Amino acid sequence: MGHGKIRARLRSSLYTFSCTNAPKKSVEFDELQGPGFSRVVMCNQPLLYKYRNNSTSTTKYNALTFLPIALFEQFNRVANIYFLIAAILSVTPYGPYNPISAIAPLAFVVGLSMVKELLEDWQRMLQDWKVNMRPALVYNANGSFETQPWKKIKVGDVVKVEKDTFFPADLLLLSSNYDDGICYVETMNLDGETNLKVKRAMDVTLDLDNDASFQDFKATIKCEDPNPSLYTFVGNFEYDKKIYPIDPSQILLRDSKLRNTSYVYGVVIFTGHDTKVMQNSTRSPSKRSRIERKMDKIIYILFSVLVVVSLVSSSGFAYMTKYKMPDWWYLHAPDNKDLYNPDKPTVSGFYHLITALILYGYLIPISLYVSIEIVKVLQASFINQDMHMYHEETETPALARTSNLNEELGQVDTILSDKTGTLTCNQMDFLKCSIAGIPYGQGASEVEAAAVRKMSMDLDAEDFDHFSSEDSTYEEEVELETVVTSNDQDHKRRIKGFSFEDNRLTSRCWWKLPNPDVHFLFFRVLAVCQTAIPEENHETGEYNYEAESPDEGAFLVAAREFGFEFIKRTQGSVTVREADPSSPEPVERDFKILNILEFTSKRKRMTVIVRDDKEEIFLFCKGADTIIFDRLSDKGRTYEKATTKHLNDYGEGGLRTLVFAYKKLDEDEYRSWNSEFQKAKNSVSSDRDDVLEDLSDKMERELILVGASAVEDKLQQGVPQCIDSLAQAGLKIWVLTGDKMETAINIGFSCSLLRQGMHQICISTKDMLANESVQNTKSDILMQITDGSRMMKEETDPDAAYALIIDGKALTYALDEELKTQFLKLAVACASVICCRVSPKQKALVVRLVKEGTGKTTLAIGDGANDVGMIQEADIGIGISGVEGMQAVMSSDFAIAQFRYLERLLVVHGHWFYKRIAQMICYFFYKNIAFGLTLFYYEICTAFSGNSVYDDWYMILYNVAVTSLPVMSLGVLEQDVSSEICLEFPALYQQGPKNLFFGWYRIIGWMCNGVYTSVVIFCLTIFIFSDPPYRSEGQTPDMSIVGATMFTCIVCAVNTQIALLLSHFTWIQHCFIWGSIVVWFSFLIIYGVILPETSTGSYQVFTETLAPTPLFWMTILLVVMASVIPYFIHASLLRSFQPEDHHIIQEIKYLKKDVLDRRMWRRERRKGRHTAKIGFSARVDAKIRQLKGRIQKKGAHLAPQEML
Amino acid sequence: MNSDGTSSTSGATGSGDSATPRRNSKRPKYSKFTQQELPACKPILTPGWVISSFLLVCIVFIPIGLASLFASRSVVEIVDRYETACIPGGFRKDKVKYIQSDSNKTCRRNLTVNKDMKPPIYVYYQLDNFYQNHRRYVKSRSDPQLKSKSKENETNDCKPEATINGKAILPCGLIAWSLFNDTYSFSRSSQKLQVNKKDISWKSDREHKFGKDVFPKNFQNRTVKGGATLNASIPLSQQEDLIVWMRTAALPTFRKLYGKIEVELKKGDVIQVTLENNYNTYSFNGKKKLVLSTTKWIGGKNDFIGIAYLTVGGLCFLLAMSFTIIYYVKPRRLGDPTYLSWNRNPGGGANN
Repeated sequence: MGHGKIRARLRSSLYTFSCTNAPKKSVEFDELQGPGFSRVVMCNQPLLYKYRNNSTSTTKYNALTFLPIALFEQFNRVANIYFLIAAILSVTPYGPYNPISAIAPLAFVVGLSMVKELLEDWQRMLQDWKVNMRPALVYNANGSFETQPWKKIKVGDVVKVEKDTFFPADLLLLSSNYDDGICYVETMNLDGETNLKVKRAMDVTLDLDNDASFQDFKATIKCEDPNPSLYTFVGNFEYDKKIYPIDPSQILLRDSKLRNTSYVYGVVIFTGHDTKVMQNSTRSPSKRSRIERKMDKIIYILFSVLVVVSLVSSSGFAYMTKYKMPDWWYLHAPDNKDLYNPDKPTVSGFYHLITALILYGYLIPISLYVSIEIVKVLQASFINQDMHMYHEETETPALARTSNLNEELGQVDTILSDKTGTLTCNQMDFLKCSIAGIPYGQGASEVEAAAVRKMSMDLDAEDFDHFSSEDSTYEEEVELETVVTSNDQDHKRRIKGFSFEDNRLTSRCWWKLPNPDVHFLFFRVLAVCQTAIPEENHETGEYNYEAESPDEGAFLVAAREFGFEFIKRTQGSVTVREADPSSPEPVERDFKILNILEFTSKRKRMTVIVRDDKEEIFLFCKGADTIIFDRLSDKGRTYEKATTKHLNDYGEGGLRTLVFAYKKLDEDEYRSWNSEFQKAKNSVSSDRDDVLEDLSDKMERELILVGASAVEDKLQQGVPQCIDSLAQAGLKIWVLTGDKMETAINIGFSCSLLRQGMHQICISTKDMLANESVQNTKSDILMQITDGSRMMKEETDPDAAYALIIDGKALTYALDEELKTQFLKLAVACASVICCRVSPKQKALVVRLVKEGTGKTTLAIGDGANDVGMIQEADIGIGISGVEGMQAVMSSDFAIAQFRYLERLLVVHGHWFYKRIAQMICYFFYKNIAFGLTLFYYEICTAFSGNSVYDDWYMILYNVAVTSLPVMSLGVLEQDVSSEICLEFPALYQQGPKNLFFGWYRIIGWMCNGVYTSVVIFCLTIFIFSDPPYRSEGQTPDMSIVGATMFTCIVCAVNTQIALLLSHFTWIQHCFIWGSIVVWFSFLIIYGVILPETSTGSYQVFTETLAPTPLFWMTILLVVMASVIPYFIHASLLRSFQPEDHHIIQEIKYLKKDVLDRRMWRRERRKGRHTAKIGFSARVDAKIRQLKGRIQKKGAHLAPQEML
Repeated sequence: MNSDGTSSTSGATGSGDSATPRRNSKRPKYSKFTQQELPACKPILTPGWVISSFLLVCIVFIPIGLASLFASRSVVEIVDRYETACIPGGFRKDKVKYIQSDSNKTCRRNLTVNKDMKPPIYVYYQLDNFYQNHRRYVKSRSDPQLKSKSKENETNDCKPEATINGKAILPCGLIAWSLFNDTYSFSRSSQKLQVNKKDISWKSDREHKFGKDVFPKNFQNRTVKGGATLNASIPLSQQEDLIVWMRTAALPTFRKLYGKIEVELKKGDVIQVTLENNYNTYSFNGKKKLVLSTTKWIGGKNDFIGIAYLTVGGLCFLLAMSFTIIYYVKPRRLGDPTYLSWNRNPGGGANN
């Protein structure tokens, strides 16, 4: 290989010297040999250079590294280290018990966690394998393209990529099916943008456009080394002894998709992990939930308790050894190992400290981690299995990619959402239009309809108890919510991008309407004023359109449906098949495109100047209403008033509006303008753009208004309802989008994050003047922020809601160290926050700001690679699966197919998980404290000698067998209220963010309960089983009897306690709880019958000595009752004086009040929602206020129905 | 949201039927478990439940408490502390020296019977401040050696009482070595009362833990004698004093069964006890007591459990009462929606 490299270098240097006339833009040879530019790709000779192959791996381990790395990770946990040391020490003579009892649980726990790791890694491997095995067409030596898996692709291979498939590696585009070598690429996976990008091949390679032409294709590419920058590429292409520079527009990146182009040929430059997209991927940070972090603190507390107890114990021991043990002749002290040496009490005490630290290890629940892990895996499987989160169309179930964060789902405070692909489908639907002052398009705004309905219901409720109509309104309310979903489903069956319903226009008889000529022009503007490419669908004969913006697509579809089908675009003309009143058949008309004045965000309008078949010159213009209205001629304002009214209506409905206008041009007028325009266009002066701008502006005047359109940026199914419920659950929703501010605001309206009457605080940089200093801008933004804050402070109306809209540039400053606290304060106070034009990095920064600034749990949801940063940064990252891009999903913690499933994920699963895990951990500490402390108490009775009253096996069993399953059933199956109720009362969710179930009060309470239980168990058993004979046969209790009794008491008490804690008993809980007690007794029996050498003291302890003894059973009953009474009292008092919401709802359900008193139930259901300032309901409420206000103003008591 | 639930449920079940021919491999399988819809009973703590469970506990506990207290009270127990009394006056200053000397340690005690005692009357010795539960002590035994002859050399755990001159001690270990060796004999009006020392140990011990063919060997052959010696011609399975002793007590104060007197003792009888005061508890100031006791179903005299039961029962009664009062004085209608947080917090919710 070294040899080959030298040769290649030689040759290439020769070429370079010979090619003195190489294009001057080509990168200097020296530069390409320097560090960072060492890659040489021999096209079509993949074997000459060996770079990494194209297989990718995202696994954490491989066969060799698994054991060491996984073990290392396991022992990274403090508790596990402790148990490891304990296990090692237990082999020494200091161990208080059998080494097996220390090693076995540890091995079990660590083994189980490692198996889990292994399984997860296996999943990852399978996923990698799937990607690596994707087929690609690779040119082989035989001169044909054959299918090979992705992983076999090598640098230098020539590959053929077909339409709608992914590029397998980073490629240099050679040619496409288009003559000019262009191809369209969708880079959604890379940057989240859904519009197509055009890539263009170099001219020299254009003739390599069929399979056969690669026979003799040889070329060399010298270029940069792998790097993560997506938008740059430096390299030279050496072909036919000439050197051509490569620019980024010729590079096709892995994981982007070929669209709209039947095939392309390309040479592989980077493979596998060298590709830009892989270089960009970061290993997702490991996230830990809030609860788990707190749990660590508790474990540290317990550690300190452990150390204190051990110190007490060993100083006691040292004291006893020094002062008492010399008198205890029966101990034969000192021994020869200094374990018991009265002369060296400190040494003995030290040894004993080790013993004690191991012995009291039961205070630290060794099985806690593993139990939590098992529980979480099972919980995660509930997410994966939930049929309500399964998306039928894309066949995607929800997927918990990590189970670490389950309970975090129940504590989310702020949701930061991407827009495109997450909230919206990135599809525009033509919904309404206004032509010649006449509105078309049926279907009243849903908000309005709902407001009227709800208001009438409220009036009913206020005026008189409304008879049976109650049920009908109730149904209606439900119906309203379903209507939306069913509607959406209907749309699917219709035409994509067209949800217009109005027979007057769709029946294609528009010429019977008044002002047919205006209609005619409107349609023509729709069809002609655009830059899209038509594509014939050969099956249906219909045309689909590839447009730069989805709006345009919707317009063309609409035009097609109205009878103006755009069928062909050539370099200089557009062909439209127009319906014509004068002929039964549509007429094909060519329009010569004379000029296109493109749409920019600054101009906010687009104009085409065409010459029609009658040689007349028209200017067609579409644009934002304010812009167009300014440019109307006096006689063109006929419909302005009516149109404005319609536009307002549309805007309120969250629709995106554009206004259409035209003007007819004289030949001369046009010609003089055009010559000027062309001249300006070809000039190279610095003010060229300004001149062009001025010229366009001059042309786009004196327009005549024809109408306006309203397009819906189609939301994903159920998004408004979901946002509504989430808002009612008290969650804050921020939208972070790369879109323009207007689009973002539109979406804000359509998903009810914004509404009419909401105060919008827009923060943006003033039209950036180049000379404006950073400091000025900063202070300007600070002023905007403080203005906003002041405005909010002075607000007196409780119903007033504020929305903050900030654009990317302003955000750069707002995220600055100096401004960010003020910005955050303002943002948090606003009901909704929309950040537009933000870069992926800014998204992550915003998430970090919220996360760190508020200290609350954040959730980021997105679908594209541009959301990866924020998904990884947030406490919980959620990826939208089901769409093709996988980047977001791969970096997410949970993947759901649709935004709307977020509601169920949080409000149902999150709520349950949070409570389950919180209760589970509390109980875990309780049970281990209850057990561990009895060991300590007994120590005191044994002169701190480190002896335990229990058999070793009992102690092993405690965490593994007799208490683990019930607590796991708690963690997996507990439900305070059913899923329906969780959804009906979103306010219940607030228990999580408020952390009602894992506050220190509760944790300490449970610990105290554990201490109490341990005292009760120990004292009662010891007092009862002290010196007197304990049965009628006269025998006195010995250690094994006391131990077995005490242990039985613990098992029963702890299991009874969990039975009291549960509020949801399925047969599984019953089985586990009562089964645990049964298991314990069966163990005692079985252990008692095996060889006496192994069981020693416990031999037949149950059958012979305990079972026939009434005192034994009485003790158990007494101890169990005595130990649960405080909890019982506490729970009863809490329920009667400070019932929590779920208590009340449980009671309502229990007494079937929801069925008996439906009015109350419905009322509570309505109120049981966090009063939100955003969301559909809030919008309805606002509308009601508005309507009521209007009624009062009119002073007439009009029925609301009549109002409309 | 309600609609979301219902529509997707119906969708799920609806297409569940039609889905069979389709290739919905990823579709989650419906089961009540995975959908978390298992039928469940959901008990809640209603006032009725609270009060009745307290009452129930009370109803169960008080009779049990009374019964056990009654049983405990009907046990007749005679306790005689003798460790000081049995030291002749001249030796009281240095009791340890006395007990370690070879002098005659016979001691006579008279016990008066206060109440009729029905046979069997159990004879116990009770030691105090003796840490039979000390770790060093408890571990110092070899169960295999006690059980089978072939394992008599398994004395690893028994150090320092494992071997003598390289030969295994049997029974080895501190426990056996420190075997209690005071002896008692009883007579009533100079008529000897037979003490039955048979079957004072657990049957399972005799039959399964102490071998029938295992005989004491090299026991107490050291210069420092611990406690009792054993008759080397009697197999361990019949050495019941040893068997009882080897069941180590859980607490530093313990009683062990010495034997049974199988005649009735009448009120006013005076029992003369002749005891050999051999065992050294003087080093550690341990008390020694001789106990004669009858038993009931509850065992010996044990008021504690009865009192504990009565206390818990009484407490539950009080609790039942107080909860009744609480619910009466400050009743909260079950499922009263006004207690919901959104109704309690001012400002939340609409005006109805």
